[in-house]
Amino acid sequence: MGQAMSDTILLAHGSGGKLSHDLVQKRFLPFLANPALNKLDDSAIFEASGRLAFTTDSYVVNPIFFPSGDIGKLAVCGTVNDLSMSGAKPVYLSLSMIIEEGLPLDELDRVVQSIKTAAEEAEVQIITGDTKVVNQGQADKLFINTSGIGIIPLGIDISGANAKAGDKVILSGTIGDHGIAIMSQREGLRFSVPVESDCAPLSKLVSQMLEASSRIHCLRDPTRGGLATTLNEFAQQSNVGIMIEEDKIPITEGVRAACELLGLDPICVANEGKLVAIVEPEDADKVLTQMKQNGYGRDAAIIGEVTNDHPGRVVMKTKLGPSRIINMPSGELLPRIC
Amino acid sequence: MKFIDEYQNSELAKGLAKRIATQSTKPIRLMEFCGGHTHAIMRYGIRQLVPKTVEMRSGPGCPVCVTATADLDKAIALAHLPKVIITTFGDMIRVPGSYSSLQQARAEGADIRVVYSTIDAVEIAKANPEKSVIFIGIGFETTAPTIAASILKAQREKIENFHVLSLNKLTPPVMKALLDLGEVKLDGIICPGHVSVTIGSHPYEFIPKNYGVACVISGFEPLDILLCIDKLVEQIENGQPGVEIAYSRGVKPEGNPKALELMGKVFEIGEANWRGIGAVPQSGLKIRREYGHFDADKAFSGLLRFAGSDKPAKEPKGCRCGDVVRGAAMPPECKLFRKVCTPERPIGPCMVSSEGACAAYYQYESSSSSPYSSPLKGEVR
Repeated sequence: MGQAMSDTILLAHGSGGKLSHDLVQKRFLPFLANPALNKLDDSAIFEASGRLAFTTDSYVVNPIFFPSGDIGKLAVCGTVNDLSMSGAKPVYLSLSMIIEEGLPLDELDRVVQSIKTAAEEAEVQIITGDTKVVNQGQADKLFINTSGIGIIPLGIDISGANAKAGDKVILSGTIGDHGIAIMSQREGLRFSVPVESDCAPLSKLVSQMLEASSRIHCLRDPTRGGLATTLNEFAQQSNVGIMIEEDKIPITEGVRAACELLGLDPICVANEGKLVAIVEPEDADKVLTQMKQNGYGRDAAIIGEVTNDHPGRVVMKTKLGPSRIINMPSGELLPRIC
Repeated sequence: MKFIDEYQNSELAKGLAKRIATQSTKPIRLMEFCGGHTHAIMRYGIRQLVPKTVEMRSGPGCPVCVTATADLDKAIALAHLPKVIITTFGDMIRVPGSYSSLQQARAEGADIRVVYSTIDAVEIAKANPEKSVIFIGIGFETTAPTIAASILKAQREKIENFHVLSLNKLTPPVMKALLDLGEVKLDGIICPGHVSVTIGSHPYEFIPKNYGVACVISGFEPLDILLCIDKLVEQIENGQPGVEIAYSRGVKPEGNPKALELMGKVFEIGEANWRGIGAVPQSGLKIRREYGHFDADKAFSGLLRFAGSDKPAKEPKGCRCGDVVRGAAMPPECKLFRKVCTPERPIGPCMVSSEGACAAYYQYESSSSSPYSSPLKGEVR
């Protein structure tokens, strides 16, 4: 029993005493070290100037490990991507963990390791953090909150309210991968073609896109609620119509098969490494070419355009020809039984 | 994707649509029985592809929608019994009963778990020997063989704490009930694909024979449905209603003998309560006496009475789900539709289930969008 106890998180790890200190010194600092964090003062102090972007998000995914990712990678990528979607270059993150008593230490190590890897790739530093430990049952293994600060380059004005008629809609790659990966892991569904999460930091992709054109009007990562939600948000915020074509939307065989089988609509399924851009029509090809140079934009495609018709609504031309309205998904996505 | 793309080919679809338009001279009314068909028809915009002469109605083929409120109340009451785990297909948990819902019961502390397969429910029973695990058996001939298989598995492995509340229903008897009712005049029926994989085409033969209504069994891809409509129009125009299979890659005339055998072994035919239709003789599946131990109705009826959970069922005020499942009303004809009743706050089951007609109309034909809510069960972030 003693042996097993020492390999897991105890309430004492959150006591503020020696174990808390050890946790930070041995399990966080070696991975995440940087001058601002290493000081371990009450606040991180840094210089910044210009227009800043600031965002926060909490991560409570179950299971905490899933195909091609985990909650740590997600917590970095999610916040990095939120900053990137404002056109900001992410620079600093905070990292706050709420750990359920009993979490195996090696699982915590794996999560911290993947936080390090993701932060390095996104070129962000974690400069402040906190850990709390709660009784068993008061959290589900591990909850993470990250907040992030990014710097917006001069001349960039990106907002969901900026779409205008004629603009092109660009999607950075295949849809539904994250949601199906999580669902298959959670429900023990096995597919012959395994579906992996697309969780990825998109900061570099966005800076490359902005190099290609400063006339990117809207950017958003279609996470929970999928492509359907993001496009509806753009249509409503900008009071424009959006028309997309079903057969232009990239999707992997695995996700398509899983969605067919389960009766889900892939445009409503979550992504964690994709973005939707609304771009000035003359610049669309230039942006698309640039996106395809980046691994995370390899399958990028122009999927439709913004129109003055049906303001506030998204319409999709189906493969068969007829058009249908795309609503925001509502409620839980549940497999069909009939 | 192989075996999918072929059935979504737009050129072939256009060709079929043209053929239907050329053939169709008089106004006709078709009913798609199955909720899966309703969903596919709306999703692929098939109503826009067929000529105005062809009117389409949705029927009582959404398993969640046809579950009677009294039966749902019973499931909720079972959930509140001590040491009970309820297992169910996902859509069921959100359907409002007379006084509560399974979702509400779960929030109040009842142990209710969503499963994707009946076998998962048996596994939960195996893992929790100190609890009674009750599976809420809904659905048609599609799910019934799998529920029968789970009971046989529980018997084989001596998992005595597994029980099924059998609310399973049969398709041809309710078709007969609807036709006898005569409320909605039908010319043809798009017969359910998955149900027919089990039962075959023979059980529909009384429909053209006794009622003069055409029957064609359809798959769920857009080309399947168009081909089915094409065959229905042809039968009706020629005045020669019959039973045809437009889903031959899945359905044989004799059905699936193995599945039918499993069903027959565990279940016997009895009366069932349908929302909007009422008690329909010979339209339900009851667990046979030999397997009575697994029958939640028998095992818990005493406890339920003791718990005083036999308050009369009541339907939500103004909800027309009953009319919708009979095909007597289209979803937008309900006053609550989209105004009071939305997928976020469903009043009736047809708005809850993804196979429900109201949900399909809301999702694909609504003029307003709904507020955001989580697309997957549980968090993905």
